[in-house]
Amino acid sequence: MIEFRDVTKRFDDGTTAVNGLDLVVEAGTITVFVGPSGCGKTTSLRMVNRMIDPSSGTVLVDGNDVLGVDPPTLRRGIGYVIQQAGLFPHRTVLDNVATVPLLIGWTRRKARQRAAELLELVGLPAELGHRYPVQLSGGQQQRVGVARALAADPPVLLMDEPFSAVDPVVREGLQDELLRLQAELDKTIVFVTHDIDEAIRIGDKVAVMRTGGFLAQYSPPAELLTRPADDFVASFVGKDRGYRSLSFVDSSGVEVAEVPTVVEGVAVESSSDWRLVVDAEKRPQGWVAPDASVLPGGSLYEVGASIRGALDAALSSPSGLGVAVHDDGRLAGVVTARQVLDVIESRRG
Amino acid sequence: MGDIPKYLSDAGTRAALLDMLLDHVYLSLVPLVVSVVLAIVLGLLCHRFRQVNATLIALSNVVYTIPSLALFAIIPAVIGTQVLDPFNVILALTVYTTALLVRPVAEALAAVPAHVTAAATAMGFRPLRRFLTVELPLSVPVLAAGVRVGSVSNISLVSVGALIGTGGLGTLFTDGFRQRYLAPIIVGIVLTLVLALVVDLLLVLLRNRLTPWVRAGGAP
Repeated sequence: MIEFRDVTKRFDDGTTAVNGLDLVVEAGTITVFVGPSGCGKTTSLRMVNRMIDPSSGTVLVDGNDVLGVDPPTLRRGIGYVIQQAGLFPHRTVLDNVATVPLLIGWTRRKARQRAAELLELVGLPAELGHRYPVQLSGGQQQRVGVARALAADPPVLLMDEPFSAVDPVVREGLQDELLRLQAELDKTIVFVTHDIDEAIRIGDKVAVMRTGGFLAQYSPPAELLTRPADDFVASFVGKDRGYRSLSFVDSSGVEVAEVPTVVEGVAVESSSDWRLVVDAEKRPQGWVAPDASVLPGGSLYEVGASIRGALDAALSSPSGLGVAVHDDGRLAGVVTARQVLDVIESRRG
Repeated sequence: MGDIPKYLSDAGTRAALLDMLLDHVYLSLVPLVVSVVLAIVLGLLCHRFRQVNATLIALSNVVYTIPSLALFAIIPAVIGTQVLDPFNVILALTVYTTALLVRPVAEALAAVPAHVTAAATAMGFRPLRRFLTVELPLSVPVLAAGVRVGSVSNISLVSVGALIGTGGLGTLFTDGFRQRYLAPIIVGIVLTLVLALVVDLLLVLLRNRLTPWVRAGGAP
């Protein structure tokens, strides 16, 4: 657990980066600090491992005031992932990952063995271990950065805009990877980003901060979307928040209906109904319109996944019928947008 | 030219040449090694303290403009050594080479990416360890370039020391001119050149050994 108690940081030039921050990061959760530049999110993060010391107030890690611990010792027990990974260009990937174990006195052999395990954990092939960082893609470097932070198995992980320098597709993959790792490792993670979508996607709780170092709202992401504390949070959260909040509602109340199907490649005639094209394994492939023309399908959603997916499936389908699939990709049934909206309405009460 | 085999055929001459060569190596490389250490310390001070930086860079520029022969002659007066003491040459060359290396070392340290040093600090490196294992190794490519210039410059400047009688291959030039005998002069030139090339080659090999990551850059 990490606790900020009335923490203020004023820099020598007179700017106040953090202003009376009171906040508790629960153990085993991902807490995201998000906000525009100058809101003090990175300063707050850096006060946890004493890269910056507060002007007043107290930062506690597991109940201990961090000011009572010598900074290098404190830092060796706290994982840190930095923007652009910050890998050592002159050390191989394996030796980069082995950094903290070597600092705390492990033998080189044991540290390298541990490093190899971590490369596997973050989904990198073992042969990358002998390369230098410059030989890796941005996404791979970032994974190495995460592996390096985890090497000595610290209970706390600080991540300072770790994924902001990679392209959106890679970023999404890295976010998924982080969530998968977190499910496995159960770390206490503080994650800083300026990207509200990233915050909503990965945070168990999100702290929205505003310029001048004020905490505007600290709540679970769904609440941020449905009940923003003020206009600043509402505008920072951005457009479509009603629709985006559906990501946090599961679609279990939405009953799927049967739909006429035709098997891919079989000749069809016109009919009064839309018919779903499926392959031999009953996986949806597209639609046959009443006039027998074949159209590509809309988005698919998995039964029980978020209701946002169900609504989008219905809205994006040429037939107006959203297609639900099982987790193995086989057809489960179809839903209409009306049905989905009814479920949303009924949950409102 | 026909004189050269005859000149070299004398065993006494060959032994003398070897002595001169070793003297030359000693007089040129000791200052090189000492000044690398000094330049790293001074470069670190420049890097950490802005004011030291301005002062030292200005000073090193001035030092480098002093003619070498003048410096060889002034040093005994300043520190009270004998005029013929080889220490004068060693000290003078150390001053020159340090002046030459301070700026590249400071610049190389400044060029280490901020996110790399921040990551090192955040992982729990203490300052000295961070300097020795992260910042300094990353400065080697730039430092090595300076050291190569310094080694060639030293090897040629040691010859000037012969004018004030401190030994080394330069003695061949002073002797040759005095006796109006071309062979030792040519042998002196060739040996100086070969020495400079061999030292440079060794420095390149050393640099490559210390910086394998630099050549890893090309192949992704």
